[in-house]
Amino acid sequence: MTPHMLTRSLDRGATIFLLVVAAIGVLIPLSNLLLPTGSFLHVPTYLVALWGKYVCYAILALSIDLIWGYCGILSLGHGAFFALGGYAMGMYLMRQIGTRGVYGNPILPDFMVFLNYPKLPWYWHGFDMFWFAALMVIVVPGLLAFCFGWLAFRSRVTGVYLSIITQAMTYALLLGFFRNDFGFGGNNGLTDFKDILGFNVQADGTRATLFMLSCLALIIGFLICRSIVSSKLGKVLIAIRDAESRTRFLGYRVESYKLFVFTVSACMAGVAGALYVPQVGIINPSEFAPGNSIEAVIWVAVGGRGTLVGAALGAVVVNYAKTFFTSGMLAPYWLFMLGALFILVTLLLPKGIVGTFNSWWEPWKAKKESAAEVSAAAEDGVTEPKMAE
Amino acid sequence: MNVMDTRATSAMLYLDGVHVSFDGFHAINNLSLTLAPGEMRAIIGPNGAGKTTMMDIITGKTKPDEGTVLFDGVTDLTRLDETRIAELGIGRKFQKPTVFESQTVQDNLLLALNVDHSVKGTLFWRGNKAESERIEKVLEIIRLTDARNRLAGSLSHGQKQWLEIGMLLAQDPKLLLVDEPVAGMTDVETHLTAELLKEINKTHTVMVVEHDMTFVRELGVKVTCLHEGSVLAEGTIDQVSSNDRVIEVYLGR
Ligand SMILES: Nc1ncnc2c1ncn2[C@@H]1O[C@H](COP(=O)(O)OP(=O)(O)O)[C@@H](O)[C@H]1O
Ligand SMILES: [Mg+2]
Repeated sequence: MTPHMLTRSLDRGATIFLLVVAAIGVLIPLSNLLLPTGSFLHVPTYLVALWGKYVCYAILALSIDLIWGYCGILSLGHGAFFALGGYAMGMYLMRQIGTRGVYGNPILPDFMVFLNYPKLPWYWHGFDMFWFAALMVIVVPGLLAFCFGWLAFRSRVTGVYLSIITQAMTYALLLGFFRNDFGFGGNNGLTDFKDILGFNVQADGTRATLFMLSCLALIIGFLICRSIVSSKLGKVLIAIRDAESRTRFLGYRVESYKLFVFTVSACMAGVAGALYVPQVGIINPSEFAPGNSIEAVIWVAVGGRGTLVGAALGAVVVNYAKTFFTSGMLAPYWLFMLGALFILVTLLLPKGIVGTFNSWWEPWKAKKESAAEVSAAAEDGVTEPKMAE
Repeated sequence: MNVMDTRATSAMLYLDGVHVSFDGFHAINNLSLTLAPGEMRAIIGPNGAGKTTMMDIITGKTKPDEGTVLFDGVTDLTRLDETRIAELGIGRKFQKPTVFESQTVQDNLLLALNVDHSVKGTLFWRGNKAESERIEKVLEIIRLTDARNRLAGSLSHGQKQWLEIGMLLAQDPKLLLVDEPVAGMTDVETHLTAELLKEINKTHTVMVVEHDMTFVRELGVKVTCLHEGSVLAEGTIDQVSSNDRVIEVYLGR
């Protein structure tokens, strides 16, 4: 990112969004750590963890909006990249347990001892080092997306066919990770984490820090997305979204563009998953469930496709609603409500919350500006009438 | 290697014995046609004659079953894809105007400019004076200077046609393929379009498909009449329009 890309990417909406996320990222941890438990403004630790989860979902939603909102690639398998990032972090956390596990094996995680693994599988090597795990959080989802995208985009798989094969991809991974001999803890996944970089994952301070880091990741992810969509490359992406074949006839290699954003997006989803796992304390194959990926697309639709801010907002709003409803007597009906919400939004608010807000606000702003211009022109003694648009 | 030595033909565009069928239907049938460098050619022919399909073949959208398609005497276009062919310098205006509706007129032209089209190049792109001047000039030529910040989707049909021609100008290809440029235009607009194409032809090779006979007459160039996927007649507009077979095709059914 070069400085001019950053300044170009910061319009008013983006700036407000960043300030809000930064404020939340600082104030919630501070209130949790510094204010006495009884205080009205004290945020309890369970809420810090809960909101930390929402922030990770917001990053996932951003990554989906980048490809769907701007390039028209509807991935219904983005949960897979999120989960892979989560597993990479989970593997690091497992190896940190060391002899504190039930079986006290210094190398093998409990489930491997239980399943009679003779030694650590080769792909678990290196995950005892944080830097390596952190690298894999980005590399593994990115590499999968690159290979998948290379095959799919070169063969010009688009639209609903692409969506279906992304579903198939996440489903295949779901089945794989369920198997005990796959080496990732099967059904139970990875859990019972003890510490991260030497800090107890359960401690208030660690949770507050993880929350702060999640907000920071959201800010960085947002800036990356904004720089991309406000560059000329962003215009090419929109051109591909609206008229793919026309874009080819102008001499753009459409598949390279798609591959680029798809890979960037998968890396972002991986980071979201990696931040999510220490905050919820578990990663298991259900994160690969096709339904999760579909839910994430619904967040983006609700918040407003192609707005970035809307995607993040949608993730928080829908998940807040989910937490609220699934903890009450309406819990069995949550999926119906989610479905109904999706249908309602599609019919009544096709641009989502932020998109609708923009389409109200922008004409109003433009009117105000042109009125200001007219009065300025009148003061200059120019009598030429302005055409109303 | 000296390119000049390996040229198979001096033509800018050379089609020979081209066949295309869609599920057994022969849309292009033994089509042969050559366009000299700097030439402007008008292509006429009834609906379904294969005019658009011919452009699809030249631009790599459709692969012919048989036949030779050479660009600039050296490049076999049947082996290349749309992107590569566009990079070589073949630009196209579509029959149905296709501009990027949700982007501004100015951005449509910016996207069409023949500058670095790589992912890296567009990601780190920063505007420069030369580029804005070119866009400015094109806006003037296509008379859309005042509409520069309007969304392309909000333009009238005729304006979209012009914007698409403007995109061709920004692309600055060696060969322009223009499919039905005056459909839906007023007489005045049609006249202006003919003037514009003649101007463009001073520096580019152009192939224009059009039904509008007044327009073709105004262009005053060699005409090729296609019918059922092959050339029916070729010559001046007067020769072609007095050709018995052409009259039969146009009036006989
Ligand atoms: N992709 C396609 N699949 C099947 N038939 C096609 C296809 N493209 C064109 N055709 C058929 O080929 C014939 C020539 O079409 P076209 O080139 O569009 O004609 P023109 O532009 O001269 O009006 C038409 O009968 C059309 O229906
Ligand atoms: Mg046609």
